[in-house]
Amino acid sequence: MTETPFTGGIVGESRLRREDPALLTGEAKFIDDLQIPGALWLACVRSPHAHARITAIDASAALGIDGVVAVYSGDDLADAWAAPLPCAWPVTDDMKNPAHHPVAQGKANYAGDIVAVVVAESRYAAADGLEGVVVDYEPLDAVVTIEDAESDRVVIHEDCGTNVSYEWPLVPDPDAVEAAFADAAHHVTETFVHQRLIPTAMEPRGVAAVPAPHNGNITLYSSTQIPHILKVMAAITLGLPEQKVRVIAPSVGGGFGCKLNVYAEEIICMALAQRHGVPVRWTEGRTEASGSTIQGRAQRQTIELAADADGKLTAVRATLLADMGAYLQLVAPGVPLLGAFLYHGLYDVPVYSFTCKSVFTNLTPTDAYRGAGRPEATYAIERAMDALAVAVGVGPDEIRSRNFIPTEKFPYDSPAGLVFDSGNYQPTLDRAKELVDWDGRRAEQVDRRAAGSTTHLGIGISSYVEMCGLAPSRTLAALNYGAGGWESATVRILPTCKVQVVTGVTPHGQGHETCWSMIVADQLGIDPDDVEVLHSDTAISPLGMDTYGSRSLAVGGTAIWMATEQVIEKARAIAAHMLEANADDLEFAGGNFTVKGSPEKEVPLAGVAFGAFTAHDLPEGMEPNLQAQVTFDPSNFVFPFGTHIAVVEVDEATGAVELLDYAAVDDCGNQINPLIVEGQLHGGIVQGVAQALWEDASYDADGQCRAANLADYLVPSAAECIDMKLDYTVTPSPSNPMGVKGIGEAGTIASTPAVMNAVVDALRPMGITDITMPASPMTVRRAIEVATGGAS
Amino acid sequence: MEVSVTVNGVARSADVEPRTLLVHYLRDVLALTGTNVGCDTSSCGACTVLVDGRSAKSCTLLAAQVDGADVTTIEGLAGADGLHPMQQAFHECHALQCGYCTPGMVMAAVSLTDEYDDLDAAGVREGLEGNLCRCTGYQNIVAAVLAAGE
Repeated sequence: MTETPFTGGIVGESRLRREDPALLTGEAKFIDDLQIPGALWLACVRSPHAHARITAIDASAALGIDGVVAVYSGDDLADAWAAPLPCAWPVTDDMKNPAHHPVAQGKANYAGDIVAVVVAESRYAAADGLEGVVVDYEPLDAVVTIEDAESDRVVIHEDCGTNVSYEWPLVPDPDAVEAAFADAAHHVTETFVHQRLIPTAMEPRGVAAVPAPHNGNITLYSSTQIPHILKVMAAITLGLPEQKVRVIAPSVGGGFGCKLNVYAEEIICMALAQRHGVPVRWTEGRTEASGSTIQGRAQRQTIELAADADGKLTAVRATLLADMGAYLQLVAPGVPLLGAFLYHGLYDVPVYSFTCKSVFTNLTPTDAYRGAGRPEATYAIERAMDALAVAVGVGPDEIRSRNFIPTEKFPYDSPAGLVFDSGNYQPTLDRAKELVDWDGRRAEQVDRRAAGSTTHLGIGISSYVEMCGLAPSRTLAALNYGAGGWESATVRILPTCKVQVVTGVTPHGQGHETCWSMIVADQLGIDPDDVEVLHSDTAISPLGMDTYGSRSLAVGGTAIWMATEQVIEKARAIAAHMLEANADDLEFAGGNFTVKGSPEKEVPLAGVAFGAFTAHDLPEGMEPNLQAQVTFDPSNFVFPFGTHIAVVEVDEATGAVELLDYAAVDDCGNQINPLIVEGQLHGGIVQGVAQALWEDASYDADGQCRAANLADYLVPSAAECIDMKLDYTVTPSPSNPMGVKGIGEAGTIASTPAVMNAVVDALRPMGITDITMPASPMTVRRAIEVATGGAS
Repeated sequence: MEVSVTVNGVARSADVEPRTLLVHYLRDVLALTGTNVGCDTSSCGACTVLVDGRSAKSCTLLAAQVDGADVTTIEGLAGADGLHPMQQAFHECHALQCGYCTPGMVMAAVSLTDEYDDLDAAGVREGLEGNLCRCTGYQNIVAAVLAAGE
């Protein structure tokens, strides 16, 4: 097992963030803050219908409005695109992928589909222009539910011939699956629905495309998680030479997956900036976002567990129906696959089966949302494990302990074909139970029930493992993903011994600058404040695969660590030359090279750095300067794990669910900055709790979103949330030199099933075995009325 | 129409459309872009500023409505001697991640602690109900506001 390679005393400390002062004072510049002289503003005419033919567009009134410069329909811009908007993950060779044009041509396929765009001299004039564009529609029947989509009653994309985009099976041994279920002492079947969620980064998206008409360059500023991927995709989609495209992500106000995409507005602004020869910009409105930015989850899943008489699992079979929405966005087809390997959770199961079918609906496209596939998988297995515990007649803690992958089995060959790197699961359950006073709460629950209380206590466990650190390029190839999973870093020691780190990962709130400077400073024996971290601009950081899938540290950080090691080795050779010693005889610690056994013979890194810069006396054949560039392609995913326990109170009279206590014990291997780990968990947990209790992007039968803005879509405030109790175990990953795993998505993955298991635990004496998410007062109260025949 | 406002202690005046929102007056006319816009339903509080010392959502006011008023934005909070105690507490408690809600959250917290002397955690949670954060889960924000109030 890898121990920590850090000896500098910096890594592992809770260090305050260097990002904060600019963000706390208004100095940081988000996309809409950029002052861009002469920019025109874009506004998008969006279909109010979920499914409609566009029969006529009359822009004459708009063109008469003061400040409106131009109006374009989809037909007007048909020759502006060299290719449709990209989907980079064709998971099967026969996957249906209808052409997705930035501005719709002929037919709108969801409420929010862009049917025309207005270009104007100000944001207010652009908004005025929207009112002046008259579009005639012929409404068509809308496909709103997954089941309706699957039936092909209405085929949305005629050229596809079906609403089914693809089917993807992962069934290593079908006969073994049948045999396991035939022999099972216990056979549990559960069906769950993951409602649609709106990611709701607090900063809406925004775009500014700045052309240089005479030299052909174009710079795209975008509130994006993925400037590097966006640069390649924008070049392809617009038919531009890639070297002429520069993408800059300024300060980005959160992402959670919704800025992991190539969006119509980005491509439209670029096309129109070139057409008009001036900058064109757009800032999303929050209500607009319900139809312009991807949504998450939207899956229906069935999970079956086979177990022996003691509740030891013998097989897991999961089937999934996933709603892609109206078109395939950048990585949408792959989202179910990111969960496909994890429906057996962290349990030792010999036989496994997963199948998935993904369909089109007339709703906003879905794609990766914090956790992307893994929250869904974890939800299914953790809810089902509680059902199995009931069937076997043991507690939810005991059923998990009986099935955890034993520590001695790591690295663990999973039945889905992965190799889990490291794990030690039982201690996380034990510690989480301590933190919530498990025995005390159980006793309180019994007492309340005995006393006939109408406020029911529920206690819910969720143990999880997830796969992150996306990803080994060879594995991605096997999954038909269109790119690799490597990451790039350059570490450069400047003449005055200050350091520049250039990284291909792209922060949007994670504190990368603080953490990367800690890693490098610890290795080099210098002050973290002497390390500058550069990112998010393809001209400064030309190589990168950006930030998602809890990959920034495990992949991007590893590249930085490796580049720093290379720099140290070069410095060591120079120092040896300066000291007239053998490089192997040098020690490097505290920023100094010393000769072993002769500590008086030393040269500081600063001296080596200046010597490397002047290049007056370098070893024969050595290049000047101290710099290294590394591209790291991981050999495996990393597999963080943990156990979360939620304690809730359910009011029988109102159906209201109140969160009383929450404990999380997580293991992400070695921690670089515990402060950041804590913050990621806090936010992640609340985001998952919100799926369980509050958030619901529900649509009516006509395909209209009933929670399209923040007045109706219940992002929790401080008033609904509680203080969480966090603790950790540390099981380093052997897959990277720092022994680290990801933590950005773990909270969200773990918390939803913990809360829902608690809600169901509270109501189980009434015969309730499931509550549809979100567990709103109305939903819970109705379930109680059904269960009690209205007698309650 | 002419709108005159004292912003961060400086008298400012501009001729704007009557429909101009205060937040756009601050951002687009005065180039004070620290005040953010996060929604269009007065729900998120990213645009919170102080108007005559009390928190207000600047996306829900017309610039014309604050003609003659005294407005403080996030840019006016830090002094020559460094961050405002509330900003410092947010920093020390790791109460921000992406930072987009932060200017509004800080302004709301300043107003809240000015208004109430003996806030406990529940009071802070209730008092900040109109300001949404997606990153932090609020735990460290509550801690920061309590710390700044001490």
